[in-house]
Amino acid sequence: MRASLFITCYNDTLFPETGRAVVSLLERLGVSLDFHPKQTCCGQMHANTGFRGEAFSQAKRFVRLYQDAETVVIPSSSCVAMFRDQYPGLFEELGNEALRREFAALLPRVYELSEFLIDRLGVEDVGAWFPHRVTYHASCHGVRALHLGDRPYRLLAKVRSLTLAPLANVDRCCGFGGTFSVKNAEVSSAMLAVKLQDVVATGAEYCTALDNSCLMHLGGAMHRQYAGMKTIHLAEILASTEASPSEATR
Amino acid sequence: MSLEAMPHTAANHPVLDPLLAPPFPQAALPMLRNPQLRKNVGHAIDVIQAKRAKLVAEKTDWQDLRSAASAIRAQALENLGAYLEQFEARCTAAGGTVHWAADAAEARQIILDLLREENASEVIKIKTMTSAEIQLNPFLEAGGVKVFETDLAEIILQLGEDEPSHIVVPALHVNRSQVREIFARRMGLENLSDDPQALTAAARNYLRRKFLDVPTAISGANFLIAETGSVAVVESEGNGRMCLTLPKTMITLAGIEKVLPRFKDLEVMLQVLARSATGERMNPYTSLWTGVTPGDGPQRFHVVLLDNGRSSILAHKTERQTLKCIRCAACMNACPVYRQTGGHAYGSVYPGPIGAILTPQLMQMHHAQSLPYASSLCGACYEVCPVKINIPEVLLELRSQVVNQERHHIGRFFDPMYLGLRVANFLFQKAWRFHLAQRLGRIGLRLFTKKDGWIHSLPSIGGKWTQTRDLRALSSQTFHEWWAARRREAE
Repeated sequence: MRASLFITCYNDTLFPETGRAVVSLLERLGVSLDFHPKQTCCGQMHANTGFRGEAFSQAKRFVRLYQDAETVVIPSSSCVAMFRDQYPGLFEELGNEALRREFAALLPRVYELSEFLIDRLGVEDVGAWFPHRVTYHASCHGVRALHLGDRPYRLLAKVRSLTLAPLANVDRCCGFGGTFSVKNAEVSSAMLAVKLQDVVATGAEYCTALDNSCLMHLGGAMHRQYAGMKTIHLAEILASTEASPSEATR
Repeated sequence: MSLEAMPHTAANHPVLDPLLAPPFPQAALPMLRNPQLRKNVGHAIDVIQAKRAKLVAEKTDWQDLRSAASAIRAQALENLGAYLEQFEARCTAAGGTVHWAADAAEARQIILDLLREENASEVIKIKTMTSAEIQLNPFLEAGGVKVFETDLAEIILQLGEDEPSHIVVPALHVNRSQVREIFARRMGLENLSDDPQALTAAARNYLRRKFLDVPTAISGANFLIAETGSVAVVESEGNGRMCLTLPKTMITLAGIEKVLPRFKDLEVMLQVLARSATGERMNPYTSLWTGVTPGDGPQRFHVVLLDNGRSSILAHKTERQTLKCIRCAACMNACPVYRQTGGHAYGSVYPGPIGAILTPQLMQMHHAQSLPYASSLCGACYEVCPVKINIPEVLLELRSQVVNQERHHIGRFFDPMYLGLRVANFLFQKAWRFHLAQRLGRIGLRLFTKKDGWIHSLPSIGGKWTQTRDLRALSSQTFHEWWAARRREAE
C-alpha cells in the first residue's frame, strides 16, 4: 500500500514529532510513504477567519500537489474537515469545472489517520506499547465533522499497558477555534479553564487527541499551570513500542 | 406594591441593542468575571441539556424528524410570499386583521395605534422575543401604555430591571435566591421564602389581578398556519392561555418567517420544538386559534407581520437557512461559548449561535460584525438544531462578508491579525517562502524562549495567546527538514 503524507503547516512547524510518529507507525505496518516537499497549508486558518480568496489559493495548491496520490493521510482532523466541509463550497464559488472534477476524484482518497488505520488498512492492533494512564479528548472536528465515532477508542484499547481514563464532557470544545483563541482570547480562556478541569480530573498523565491544535491549547495551559500532565498526539502513542518508546515520555 | 421604574445602574445594566452594544469580546468580560452568573448559567443549561438528551434518545426516528422539520421550514421559506398571502386571506376571512410592518418602527407604531383605538392604558403580554427585538415595551411605556409581562421569567426581568439572556428561559442567569430578593423588594413581601412554590405563588397572586383587569393583550407566535390562517403559541406556564382567552382584544406580533404551509406540519414541528426547547415530550400549553370566534375569547384580533430585515436574509442562498429557526434555543444550550458568557454578551435579544448569525443579518451587516466571530466553530449547535440550520456554515459566510467589508479599510493594513493572515497567505504560496519564514521564526522566537524551552510571553496578538497559555519553543528541525535529511541518508 502506498500513501502520501500531508503534514499541515502547524504540524510541520510546531509538532514535527507527530509527523515522524506517523512515518514510523505506518512504515511498521508496511505502508510505503511519500511526502511532497512543496506542501504548505490546507487554508483552514484563512477560511475560518473569513479570508475565502486566500483559502481558495491554498486549496488549489493542495489539489494540484496531491491529485496523483493513491491515498492521502493527514494526522489532523480539523484539516481533513476543511477538505470535506469547506473545499466543495470554495471550489463551487471560486473554482472552475476542471478543478472541481479533480477535487471530487481526490476527496474519497483523503483519510484522517484513524480512518486510514481502521477503514483502509483494517487494523486496530498496531502493536503499540504505552505504559501510562491516558485520557482521550474527542476534538470537535473529529467527532462532529468527521464522525470518527469509536475509531480512536478501538485503537487505544489495543495499546499494551495503556490505561484509558474516561473524560467527562469528552466532546466539549477546548476553546481553541484557531484565530478565535486570540480574537476572543478571554472567552477562549474561560472555555479552556473549564475543559482543563475535566481533563485534570481524570488523573491521567497524558491527554491525547487526533488534532494537535486542541493539544497545543490544552498543553499550553497545562504547562502554564504546572498541571502535572502532558499532551501527546495519538499517532505518537500508536508509534510507541517497547523497543522504541515515544520520545515524549523520555 | 411599588412598580415605579427604579433608576438604571448603567454600569451593570446589559445593553441588548446591536446599535449600542460593545463588541462581543468586550461585552463578554463582565460575564466571564461574574462567578454567580457563570454558575447559574452552567447549572441551568446542564438541567435542560440532560432532559433534552434523554427525550431525544427515546425517539428512534429523531434524525428523520429533524429532516422532516427542516424540509417543512425550507419549503415555507421557498414560497414565503405566497404562504403569507394565503395566511392573510384565511385569517381575514376568519375575522382577524392583518397588518404588515416593514421595520421595527412601523411595527411599534401600528401596535401603539391599535392600543390607542382601544383606549388602553395597560396591556398584558405573553413572552415574545420579537417584541423585544423591536424594543416594544419602552416605546409603549413612553406612549402612555403600561406593559405587564405575564411569563414568570419576564416578570423577574421586568421587576429586576434586567434583560433576557436566553430565548426560551429568559431569566436563566438569575437563580432562585436572586428571584426571591427581586420579588420581596418589588412586591413588598419581606418574608418571602426562596422555595419555588412560594415564588410562583407570589407571581401568580401578582398576575391574577392583571389577567382579570386588563382587557388588551399582546402575544408573539410560534407558528402561523397558511392553510387555515391559524396562529399557534406554545408555553409552559398557562399565562399564555390566560392572555389568549380572557382579554377582549388580542394583538399578535410575528416575524414573517414564522409561517408553516399546512396545519398537519404542526405534528412534526411541535414534536421537535418541545423536545429541543425544554426537554419535554409535549409542551404543557399549546394554544391554537383562527381569527375570531363569537362569544369565545378575544373579539378583536390583529396580527402584525414583521419584516425588519428578514426578506433581505431570504434573498441569500447560504444565509436563508437562518430563517428556518423555530426559536427552541437548543443551539445556545449546546454552545460552549454561551455556556461561559451567558446571553447578555451578544448585545441582542437573540443570543447564542443563532443570535451570532441572526443579529448581524437583521442589522444588514452594518452592526454587530463581531458576532460571527463569537464561535469556536465547534459544530455543537448544528448537531442539535431540530431544523438542521448549518450555523457554522452561515458563520463562515458572514465572516467572509465582514472581511470583504473591512479588508480595504486603511486601519486594517496595520491590524496584526489582517496583516498576519495576508503575510501567511503570501508565504504559503511557495514552499521556499514558507520554509524561510519557519527558519526566521525559529531564530526570532529564541528571544522569547525561556530556559525551560517554552515561551511564556509574546508581544502583539501573540500576547493574546500567552495571557493564559504557554507555547512550546519551535523544534530545531521541522518535519520536512527531517524527511529530507532521512532521504539523503537513505540514498
